[in-house]
Amino acid sequence: MALGFFVGAGLGVAGAVMQAIFRNPMASPYILGLSSGASLGAAIGMLFVIPFIPTLVSVPLLAFIFCVGTMFLVYSLSRVGSAVSMETLLLSGIAVGALLQAMVSLLTYMAGDRLEDLVFWGMGSISGADWSEIALVAALVIFGSFVMMSHAKEINAMMMGDAHAMDLGVNVRNTRLILLFASSLVTAAAVCFAGVIGFVGLIIPHILRILVGPDNRSLLPLCMLGGGTYIIACDYVAHIITPNLGILPIGIITALIGAPYFIYLLRRKKSGVGW
Amino acid sequence: MMDIKNLSFDYRDKIVLDQIDFSIKDGEILGILGPNGCGKTTLLGNLNRNLRPKIGCVLMGEKDLEDLKKKEIAREIAVIPQTNEVRFSFTVKEVVAMGRMPFQDSFAGESGRDLEIIENAMDRVGISEFTERFINTMSGGERQRVIIARALAQTPKILLMDEPTLHLDISAQFDVLNLIHDLSRKEKLTVVIVSHDLPMAARYCDRVMLIHNHRIHALGKTEDVLTPENMRTVFNVEADLVKDSKTGRNLVRLFDSCTNSEKST
Repeated sequence: MALGFFVGAGLGVAGAVMQAIFRNPMASPYILGLSSGASLGAAIGMLFVIPFIPTLVSVPLLAFIFCVGTMFLVYSLSRVGSAVSMETLLLSGIAVGALLQAMVSLLTYMAGDRLEDLVFWGMGSISGADWSEIALVAALVIFGSFVMMSHAKEINAMMMGDAHAMDLGVNVRNTRLILLFASSLVTAAAVCFAGVIGFVGLIIPHILRILVGPDNRSLLPLCMLGGGTYIIACDYVAHIITPNLGILPIGIITALIGAPYFIYLLRRKKSGVGW
Repeated sequence: MMDIKNLSFDYRDKIVLDQIDFSIKDGEILGILGPNGCGKTTLLGNLNRNLRPKIGCVLMGEKDLEDLKKKEIAREIAVIPQTNEVRFSFTVKEVVAMGRMPFQDSFAGESGRDLEIIENAMDRVGISEFTERFINTMSGGERQRVIIARALAQTPKILLMDEPTLHLDISAQFDVLNLIHDLSRKEKLTVVIVSHDLPMAARYCDRVMLIHNHRIHALGKTEDVLTPENMRTVFNVEADLVKDSKTGRNLVRLFDSCTNSEKST
């Protein structure tokens, strides 16, 4: 439960920040390939033991490194000169994400006797965490979210456009870099202990933006709360649906509920309302 | 107010601005005019350090912009950027409140003084009636007013405007520039307008600067600079400037493009 809360909180806040700084409603750790990058790092960390470094450290560390790497790969693929094409950003995010996901599947396939664990983790699961893991996730998520919240006003300005933000005194390049690092950190923390959980980072910010407006000073804390609550609720649903089947991976439930809502959002956007 | 000293700028060895040297005087409306692609928007970027000059410097009072933080610059210089399309549903008041950002710490909200300045800014541009409307549902002219109010909330000494009339209806163009003209006269606000809109610039600017081939072609009082020869060279149009008897303002009469008039003679 506690792990689920921090995982959801992290994904929610990271999604809100990405949608804001890329000014794109589709941006999220999942769509931009960050989750896949982090999960490849985590999978490598789980399968190959690095001497002298405990897996509690090596798994999140590798997840973070791969996550940041993916972020910059996707970002630089979509950059022409100093301008970033938002269409290309999404497309390269999806392409790179698919490639990395395939590598994770390949690793899973080759994992042999540890197959079952990896498969289960890969579908997103918040069960079976011990307290040291929970503490680590909590610390990383809280730290990353704090960094993002301390830039809430700058993020607001960047939502108006990079030129506007610069004119309001924001050092856009540095701020964006800091925010991308912070969201990578939070995503990596969430993924390496809970696997790839889609749609939380996409949908929670959208719902809350409709409810409380786009001001990140209130939106970001609410996304933490909302994301955390959403995961716990999905976990509850998972327990109710399948009391006898063992625990259903939570990634399945978040997508089962989240995907239809996402489709609804797409339809609504077509009718020309802002977000 | 500001001195631009021997400023040159290039993008990957392509010269955009070449030895630009001029001063912006206190309380004036200065028009920087030139055809598209002449480097005028780049010049504007250099004036508030969104871009950094390759050679030369920009002085604000005694201080080199290079020695100031971006936040410090934003306390003195406000900008109305060319595009103001917003996809997020910020309210008018939230957008205007962003003008106080350069004065706030990261977690601080608006102080009583901030709120006073914000109200006052919305009042001066006449948007107090719709503070709770969403910016993404407004017309181009209304959005422009909101951004002007945001700029005023920065309590700037200098206002830079990039093509303020570009996306506006004719009547909205007059409204926005009348507003700016009033502010400049009543509050001694210094305004720099970058534009290729000759008639509007002639009407509202005290001085204009023409940029041609990345250099200053002419600089001075509007009626001295916008001569038929200068407009022909820089804009490739046959035009002249007269005092309009009805309004008493400068009126640019555009006759034809030079290309076409050469053909017909």
